[in-house]
Amino acid sequence: MISLAGRDIQHSWGKFVFTGIGLGLLIGVTLSMAGIYRGMVDDAKALLDNSGADMWVVQQSTLGPYAEPSSLKDDLYRSILTVPGVERAANVTYLTMQVRHGDRDVRAMVAGIVPDGIGSPGWPMTLIAGRQITRSHYEAVADAASGFKIGDQIKIRRNRYTVVGLTRRMVSSNGDPMIFIPLKDAQEAQFLKDNDEIIRQRQRTASNPALNPPGMPAVLQAVIDSQSTSPYVNAVLVRIKPGSRPDEIADTIRRWRRLQVYTRPQMEGILVGKLIATSARQIAMFLVILAVVSAAIVAFIIYTLTLGKIREIAVLKLIGTRNRTIAGMILQQAIGLGLIGFAVGRIAAGFWAPVFPKYVLLIPGDSVRGFFAVVIICSLASILAIRAALKVDPAEAIGG
Amino acid sequence: MNLHGIHLEGLRKRYGEGDTAVDALKGVDMEVSPGEVVGLIGPSGSGKSTLLKCLGAVIEPTGGRMRLGSEIIYDDRWHIRDLRALRRDQIGFVFQAPYLIPFLNVIDNVALLPMLAGRKNTAARDRAMELLEALDVAHRANAWPSQLSGGEQQRVAIARALVSHPPVILADEPTAPLDSERAMGVIRILNQMAEQYETAVIVVTHDEKIIPTFKRIYHIRDGRTHEEQGEGRLIA
Repeated sequence: MISLAGRDIQHSWGKFVFTGIGLGLLIGVTLSMAGIYRGMVDDAKALLDNSGADMWVVQQSTLGPYAEPSSLKDDLYRSILTVPGVERAANVTYLTMQVRHGDRDVRAMVAGIVPDGIGSPGWPMTLIAGRQITRSHYEAVADAASGFKIGDQIKIRRNRYTVVGLTRRMVSSNGDPMIFIPLKDAQEAQFLKDNDEIIRQRQRTASNPALNPPGMPAVLQAVIDSQSTSPYVNAVLVRIKPGSRPDEIADTIRRWRRLQVYTRPQMEGILVGKLIATSARQIAMFLVILAVVSAAIVAFIIYTLTLGKIREIAVLKLIGTRNRTIAGMILQQAIGLGLIGFAVGRIAAGFWAPVFPKYVLLIPGDSVRGFFAVVIICSLASILAIRAALKVDPAEAIGG
Repeated sequence: MNLHGIHLEGLRKRYGEGDTAVDALKGVDMEVSPGEVVGLIGPSGSGKSTLLKCLGAVIEPTGGRMRLGSEIIYDDRWHIRDLRALRRDQIGFVFQAPYLIPFLNVIDNVALLPMLAGRKNTAARDRAMELLEALDVAHRANAWPSQLSGGEQQRVAIARALVSHPPVILADEPTAPLDSERAMGVIRILNQMAEQYETAVIVVTHDEKIIPTFKRIYHIRDGRTHEEQGEGRLIA
């Protein structure tokens, strides 16, 4: 059986290909939007995977440490270590901030890790260059996405750090590169005030008779000392012993230590379900709009192409061509246009995905879903043209 | 061999109803035998196109009778359920303009109908080639319609009309866009084909130069036909 649609496309390939390229760029944008969402989810999972933790202990009634602020005393990890089934527990702080390098700022998530605990939860698992942090202060391990290199001097708040190691795919749920620094430095960066504020606070403390009782200077000094230290962390990351049941350990910590504990699935639920939920809805909205725009473009193009063939369609109908053959021709052309567009879009998305500042993950499943969506959209978009073609009176082929 | 011919008895067609009704055909009688080419002439608005549309089963007459050979196809109502199949298998059309499908080459334009009807592509193309050879356009079999001259296009259109061995061919002003020489060529071909394939051919025309070629002519005026003998002068 001859394929009328195939012959038409073959004959007017330039028109179809150029139209398909235009449509393909739109489909490429649609696939990229899906890729951006997948990238966000993947970033969130990478953050959890790279933390090396099985559970996260945070302040009660918070969704910390990634979704909400959480503050815990930094000695709590010791009591957590005594819970049966807990293999390791490590303090960690997270702070998203601008990190200065030379004359440029890089937005990054600064993680404070315990410097003597190589291999403990929170540490960067593998390095692609350099070494892990070995000193207690002013060394940093940065993700390669930050653009920093080994030996670079970076500034976090008041202090300068030397980049001693580089990691890959260590990013926050927002896709910001992570920078690991010693915990004490991170606590200082997060909780300590600047010098002017420290002076003002000391003055306020000294002028408060309750904190500076006459004749008892040691009380004032004790209060000021307590204000100068920051014994807080955002979370304690916990790794459990092989064979232990995380839910049971989490229950124990919740009940006896009066803390909030999230297991890995719960934390994934928070990141994917809450932290990036709005972005996901935003992207979903874009996808719907792009799908509607694509459908409208295909419908318009196919309708215009069909109107340009009205006389031929009238002749085809007059000489006895079945309506379904004519409808099939239009449907196949719409799908053909969609397939050209899909191929162009997939290739285009593959080319421009690495250029995006954040991770764009193009997964085969999305491509397959996109393919079927294109076929369905093109089929629906051809309805208008098919209706117009089927309305053509074969008598139009005869004059008079 | 076709032994059908077409027979019309009192064929009527009314457009509209009540005060606005127009009787386009008021009882047309016509008989065209297999192998015969007749002319259907008349002024504009006389009902030529309406008659052609009724003959082509494109519009439904209001009354009368139409037979294809001994088979009644219309007798105050259609007696054929599938008019599309009737048009495909029993009637060939040649139009004022060739209306070839621009995205099919010449041979596939001719072979299209049998191919769409499910016939094997090679068999349909063989039949198309046979007709193109008979019409002296076989050398353009692989050309696109846009690459053909007006006369060549019309010959291809005639080949397309003949490809299903229809007993009847309806030609609507087939020579209108052609010069005298090419117009006579087309009429000659229609006569040859009618004779060769025993096809009844009705040629609707205004074209003064081809009217003398018909042996019989139906004049249509005010929705009625009047038969007269033509000159049958076909210049070789």
